[in-house]
Amino acid sequence: MTQEQGVQMTAVEINGVDKVFETRTGQVQALDSIDLTVAAGEFVSLIGPSGCGKSTLMRLVADLDEPTGGTISVFGKTPRTARLDQEYGIAFQQAGLLPWRTVAGNVALPLELHGVASAARSARVTELLDMVGLSDFADRYPDQLSGGMQQRVAIARALAEQPRLLLMDEPFGALDEMTREKMQTELVRISAETGAAVVFVTHSIPEAVFLSDRVVVMSPRPGRIQQIVPMRLGVDAQRAARTEELREERGFFEMVTAVREALHGGSPIATGARGVENR
Amino acid sequence: MSAVTAGSAQRGMSPRTETTLRIVAPIAVGLIVLGVWQFLVSVVGVSDYLLPSPASIVEELVAYWPSVVQATLLTGTNALLGLIVGSVLGIALAALAARWRGIDQMSAPVVASLAVIPIVALAPVLNSMFGADSQFGRQAIAALASFVPVFINTLRGFRQTTPVHRDLMKAYAASSGQVLRTLTLPTARPFILTGIRIASSLAVISALVAEYFGGPRGGLGGLISTSAASSAYARAWAYVVASIALGLLFYLATLGLERLLQRRAPSTTAPHRTTKGPT
Repeated sequence: MTQEQGVQMTAVEINGVDKVFETRTGQVQALDSIDLTVAAGEFVSLIGPSGCGKSTLMRLVADLDEPTGGTISVFGKTPRTARLDQEYGIAFQQAGLLPWRTVAGNVALPLELHGVASAARSARVTELLDMVGLSDFADRYPDQLSGGMQQRVAIARALAEQPRLLLMDEPFGALDEMTREKMQTELVRISAETGAAVVFVTHSIPEAVFLSDRVVVMSPRPGRIQQIVPMRLGVDAQRAARTEELREERGFFEMVTAVREALHGGSPIATGARGVENR
Repeated sequence: MSAVTAGSAQRGMSPRTETTLRIVAPIAVGLIVLGVWQFLVSVVGVSDYLLPSPASIVEELVAYWPSVVQATLLTGTNALLGLIVGSVLGIALAALAARWRGIDQMSAPVVASLAVIPIVALAPVLNSMFGADSQFGRQAIAALASFVPVFINTLRGFRQTTPVHRDLMKAYAASSGQVLRTLTLPTARPFILTGIRIASSLAVISALVAEYFGGPRGGLGGLISTSAASSAYARAWAYVVASIALGLLFYLATLGLERLLQRRAPSTTAPHRTTKGPT
């Protein structure tokens, strides 16, 4: 799917969503009237301090939890229907590979569960492992791989059924900085190749800036959207053009500053803040 | 252990010598013990009815070989049937208890009382219940003894699935059958196998000891007690040797099964071992 087609459709539409958790000590308002629209093919990051409900919001979109109020639609369907129709692929902070299955077996898991014929399955697995650069490791087991490689397997698995939406909950959170940057570059390439919309939860500002078309800054207790910062990087350049050099460009640092200021409640910390839109 | 130290005289053992040592060392210990035993009886002059010499035990073993084989088969069959029935029941009930909390709560006191009742003490009761010419009582005792460790370990195993795996299965909209097949059972497998391995020894011990309390003759336990009662101590020991061999056979068979099924096992957490003293 190309980027042009994508703009017309919405991948995710969130309207006035609340989420209240019942705990032993009382009610906790995790999310408070969240409105957010993610266009098809768009890369949106959710960023904020821990406890701001960014993971919860992603879990609501994935129908792993249900909202207390408000509505969510995924490609015009309810989250439940979207989940049953396998409209999205998902990856978590933990790779969550099944240790008794090989790398190929893990990537094939969703295809297997949904009854894809064995020949088509192995062809698709080869393709996916090629995409994440793990073709030589198809017969290894997860415990023989490094953390970064395991996470790549998890991403390949999330992409197995060519979803139009990719939900990622801090997928690189447990990786070291070097591996992390490499994985980000790969994710940019992969998302450009597949044209899928991505909802990406992170607490790293440079990561959000590097990857996203828009960065959604959230604040905790109750979880609210504080500000949505559009990344000029996404407007100026095609996603595929985001390379390692970008990390050293002036525009990149300006975006990082903008997001940081939004995170700290809009009060300017450093000079030269630009591109910040206060809602 | 003198033979062992001689073997490892040179520093830095190769893996091969280490493997050889692992086999040779226990055999050497066994031979030394037998040698000392024989020496005590034939040279020091420990009374033959206090402690028959290894040579006389072997003599009896040869002389009564057909009876020994038959008795081992009889007791072995009782133990095997008990082990199979107890394991199947244990796994099935654990599956139900893992699935429905109500069943878990109902079964907890029953299993707890089964675990503390000296099951072999039920032998006279079961013998009179099922008639003196039936093997059923013994098989039932072996089954009850096997049931407890299998149930406890399996239930624990069924609860080992991690939240990330459960989320993943939900995201894939997997049916409960698929979840059982692809996630719950493989996760529980090492625990189930450990339970069965512990149960295997208990089944043999229970089937054997149950024979002390009447019922049809011809099993190892019955023959040990009648031989001892008629002061044929060497013969009683010969049957004890056969019992040890039977117990070892069961243990090694289940250990082999475990190794076979766990060849590509995750080396993360070792299952909890629930040992239950023979009663």
